[in-house]
Amino acid sequence: MTDVSIDTMPVAAAPARRDIGLKARYRAERRFRIYGVLAISVGLIFLAIMLASIVLKGHTAFWQTTVTLPISFDEKVIDPQGERATDPNVLIKANYPKLAENALVAKLGINADDKAAVRKLKGFLSDGARVQLRDIVVSDPSVIGTTRDVEVLVSANMDSAFKGQIDLSVDQARRKVSDQQVAWMNQLKAEGVMAEHFNSGLFTFGASSRPETSGMGVAIIGSFYMMAIVLLLALPIGVAASIYLEEFAKKNRFTDLIEVNINNLAAVPSIVFGLLGLAVFVNFLGMPRSASIVGGLVLTLMTLPTIIIATRAALAAVPPSIRAAALGLGASRMQMVFHHILPLAAPGILTGTIIGLARALGETAPLLLIGMVAFVADYPATPFDPATALPVQIYMWANEAERAFVERMSGAIIILLIFLMAMNITAIVLRRRFERRW
Amino acid sequence: MSSFIVIAIILAIGLAAFIVGRQRAVAQNDGKVKPHSRAHYHGWWAFLLAVLPALLMLLVWDAGRSTYLGRQVHAALPAQAEDGSPINAQISAGLVNSLARGLRRLDADTQASLPATFAELQPLLAQKGVALATDTRDYMIPIAQAANASQDRLSLIGGVLAIVLAAAGALYAVGAVKPRGRARNNVEKLMLWGLLGASTIAILTTIGIVLSMLFQTIQFFGSVSPMNFFFGTVWDPRFAAAGSGGSEGQFGLIPLLAGTLYIALVALLVAVPVGLMSAVYMAEYASSKVRAVVKPALELLAGIPTIVYGIFALVTLGPWLRDISAALTGGAPFIQGQSIFVAGLVMGIMLIPVVSSLSDDIITAVPRALRDGSLGLGATRSETIKRVVLPAALPGIVGAVLLTASRAIGETMIVVLAAGVAANLTLNPFEAMTTITVKIVNQLTGDLEFNSPQTLVAFALGITLFGLTLIMNIVALAIVRKYREQYE
Repeated sequence: MTDVSIDTMPVAAAPARRDIGLKARYRAERRFRIYGVLAISVGLIFLAIMLASIVLKGHTAFWQTTVTLPISFDEKVIDPQGERATDPNVLIKANYPKLAENALVAKLGINADDKAAVRKLKGFLSDGARVQLRDIVVSDPSVIGTTRDVEVLVSANMDSAFKGQIDLSVDQARRKVSDQQVAWMNQLKAEGVMAEHFNSGLFTFGASSRPETSGMGVAIIGSFYMMAIVLLLALPIGVAASIYLEEFAKKNRFTDLIEVNINNLAAVPSIVFGLLGLAVFVNFLGMPRSASIVGGLVLTLMTLPTIIIATRAALAAVPPSIRAAALGLGASRMQMVFHHILPLAAPGILTGTIIGLARALGETAPLLLIGMVAFVADYPATPFDPATALPVQIYMWANEAERAFVERMSGAIIILLIFLMAMNITAIVLRRRFERRW
Repeated sequence: MSSFIVIAIILAIGLAAFIVGRQRAVAQNDGKVKPHSRAHYHGWWAFLLAVLPALLMLLVWDAGRSTYLGRQVHAALPAQAEDGSPINAQISAGLVNSLARGLRRLDADTQASLPATFAELQPLLAQKGVALATDTRDYMIPIAQAANASQDRLSLIGGVLAIVLAAAGALYAVGAVKPRGRARNNVEKLMLWGLLGASTIAILTTIGIVLSMLFQTIQFFGSVSPMNFFFGTVWDPRFAAAGSGGSEGQFGLIPLLAGTLYIALVALLVAVPVGLMSAVYMAEYASSKVRAVVKPALELLAGIPTIVYGIFALVTLGPWLRDISAALTGGAPFIQGQSIFVAGLVMGIMLIPVVSSLSDDIITAVPRALRDGSLGLGATRSETIKRVVLPAALPGIVGAVLLTASRAIGETMIVVLAAGVAANLTLNPFEAMTTITVKIVNQLTGDLEFNSPQTLVAFALGITLFGLTLIMNIVALAIVRKYREQYE
């Protein structure tokens, strides 16, 4: 062993370091990191594009153009024979569009005898004016013979034109509003009687073949019923099942079977639950098609695994010392679970439930199979009546050709996403605020 | 008596039993004998003894009643209605049932003096908003009336019996309250059964899924041979008009299966590299600040309903790609608005957060020691990841990819909106192809006739889909579980 001190070593230029490809390796390292950043950006950019395109297409759906017209409820138009005292159908079947048309003709200063000009007014006002005026008269027949200002909906095409969505430089034969109608529109706009208002009809109307009178009222109620059913059934059943599996079940074949089943059900395609609902609830048990109760039951079965998995995780996170303390003080196992473990696990259970509900709210495919793709104009009074759901309503509007429906569809998506976002944020906040780490 | 009132009465009896039982237990506690259970357990036991047997009896009675009524209607139907064929008898019984339900809407006076012919009856019912099939026959009216009468009678008997049972249970339980009575154990035993019952619902659901689809599938294979279904290359299920029973249609699974797998493949080609890379970056490189922002954003991406993705593909992405491809060639677009590429791309984006969250868990589960060893030997971080972490995590990642693939195969709304409905067999990813899920939806929306092969084929498709995803899930879960155990 030679003992050479550093001082005695010949001081020479350091030998050229062996090229071990370090630069190339660091370059590879940097490339790898860039790939990672790119991968994350792909997801986020897509999210941004998608949300932006929906908001751009949909925000106009929250506004609806109306014309405020002095409608004179002329007895000669509503009830020419004077039979309304004896036959209630007269008020229902009366020619209400004529009232609106007369008012518009007067407002625009068209000569009422100029049939050609009056004919051009066709398609200016919405056919929904009939229902609007009928409801006024039926609820209060004393308006007949008087004049009253009413905000009448304009047709979907005029609405689009008013919002500037129709290219007016195109030849009028190739667009849906004529030059004459645009001129009238500008006249009314200048007078200040034609204006955009917040579109409350989007939230209250039921299904309709006309965009301007169709809304999500039925869908919101149907979704609400279904969420209530899911909450009422899936939460107690899911919590009970998790308590059994986590706290009481012995390790045996049967318990294993249940666990494997739950894990698999969580990964079964949602459409299969729709087939189950159709075959068992509708066909075998004879429940009504298109009803929220069937949708609620199907979504309950679909949500159960999510809730069970979340609840079991929450129960397992409660430390064993709590169990030991409760048992040591003489509590029975049931008392231990219900008095001590369950309250401590409640935030976790709640978070899981909200996330499960949010998934159920956005689920479409199983509802299509049990017939919730239905044209439902009236509010469902009970969960046994035909209804639709928010995502199904979106799907139905997606199948419509008119651009006004695309606008409504995007508006509906915005509302659905707001609901979902609110639920998810609630879940996150709950988790942050109440989650305890032992 | 309506079952609603009966149940309300039973619950009221139960509530009374609870209060009285609890009171008795409190009164008996004179301090000499130490009571075994606290007072409210006695109350609950009394409540359960009063309510549970009565409700169970009501349930059994109800089932028995509908069977009995069904038989009564069948027996009363005149021979000509039977016509020898069981389907006719079923239809007639259905008509009688809806007629009986309709009659219930009429008020008492009208019911007492019912017209004898259906023609006269129909306007009365229509006034109450009851619409009936026009082939309801006159002779069905008395049968429906008789059915209604015996239903009333049976309901009354059942209701009275249930209430008596509830009262008896309540009296017995209240009488049995003793200081040393083991009420708590009794209540807890019942609760345990309730908990067990709740956890078997998962099994019942699976059984329900398999059985319901199996029955319809067997029925379907009665009219179409399994060979033609599983190996047929033409999908053309002509919708036969009701009752004509004419055109047969061809039900070949192959084009649908090919489309399903093709679209899933495109989706995985997008989702796996991107998802895996983001998981690696999040697990190995990202600072906690970046994680705090990006993770919720990716969760948000995962929380968007698939119909929103589908509509984005249909309304925005598809037309945009079509126009771009048209501009590139200067003429006809080579990318269809609805195509494998569009559907697969959007589905892939949807699956990114699925892949990344699954593989994030798996990558973080790789023990620290493996990384430290590699870094200590002078490897760069990316080399450590590529040569040590990922190979160690490989089985888990394979499991994650399998789970993702099963999601892709079962995904419905994106393909319904973005993939098209034509059952083609093509290799060009810019053409339209269709999937199993699309066809299930197509066959089952609209008016259905439950016995036609056109409807039943949906269940055969469904069970194929279920089997396919089930196998993938079981394998994937087994791999993931085994992998997790390896490092625990």
